Amino acid sequence: MTLVAINQLVDAKGLSCPMPIVKTAQAIKSVAPGGLIEVLATDPGSVKDFAAWARTTGHELIEQSVDGGIFRFVLRRK
Amino acid sequence: MTLTIERPVESAAVPAPQLEAAPEIAGAAKTKELVIVNWSGDLDKVWPVLILSSTAAASGLRCRVFVTFWGLLPFVKDKERIVGENWMQKMLTLMQRPGIDHLKLSKMNFLGMGPWMMGSLRKKYGVASPRELLDAATAMGVEFIPCQMTMDMFGLKREDLIDEMGEPAGAATAIEIMTEADASLFI
Repeated sequence: MTLVAINQLVDAKGLSCPMPIVKTAQAIKSVAPGGLIEVLATDPGSVKDFAAWARTTGHELIEQSVDGGIFRFVLRRK
Repeated sequence: MTLTIERPVESAAVPAPQLEAAPEIAGAAKTKELVIVNWSGDLDKVWPVLILSSTAAASGLRCRVFVTFWGLLPFVKDKERIVGENWMQKMLTLMQRPGIDHLKLSKMNFLGMGPWMMGSLRKKYGVASPRELLDAATAMGVEFIPCQMTMDMFGLKREDLIDEMGEPAGAATAIEIMTEADASLFI
């Protein structure tokens, strides 16, 4: 297991499309390039959407998991 | 009769299908652009306009929304109830209350019952309201361009519209930004 330092956390649980993406886009601005942001969401559509968003923006989706209906994404800022 | 099917000779040299986005042309890293023409003032049309425009801005695109005809009424300041200069223009807003919080459904409106139910469902499922999306869109730099001709015809002054609106423009501006954009939508 590798430990990584998360620079910013976005709690988007209970929010529907497109707010998890919108909130993440706003929050990632406060992360330095190369820094990490963690997002928690309950919207099942966010799995496809964060992958698409990462491709469009160039931020890197480095980890994703699901635990008890909560989706977790870790992204590295471009 | 014999059918002969010719297949290309398979070889290791055939490149694998390109799954990733095409690489950008060297030296031309142009920001992608989306243009939406917001024609309708209905809740079920303005909502997707705001969802797509805020998501476009969140995805790093430049997004411009040309706001015309019925689509202009949701962008009137909410404190304004009746706008317009003559009685016909005033009748318009008497029948269709302006402002982002007073949108009607294009179908199943049932004298406001439809939008009320839509509002309850929205809250139950954590969907952002048109107002929340409009605030997010303007905060992230979505540009809203009001149609000058509609403003004249509806008797709307610049100060009747929300402060976040850009400078009014016409059809030639709409055509220019649509043809320059990577994608454009009329909703």
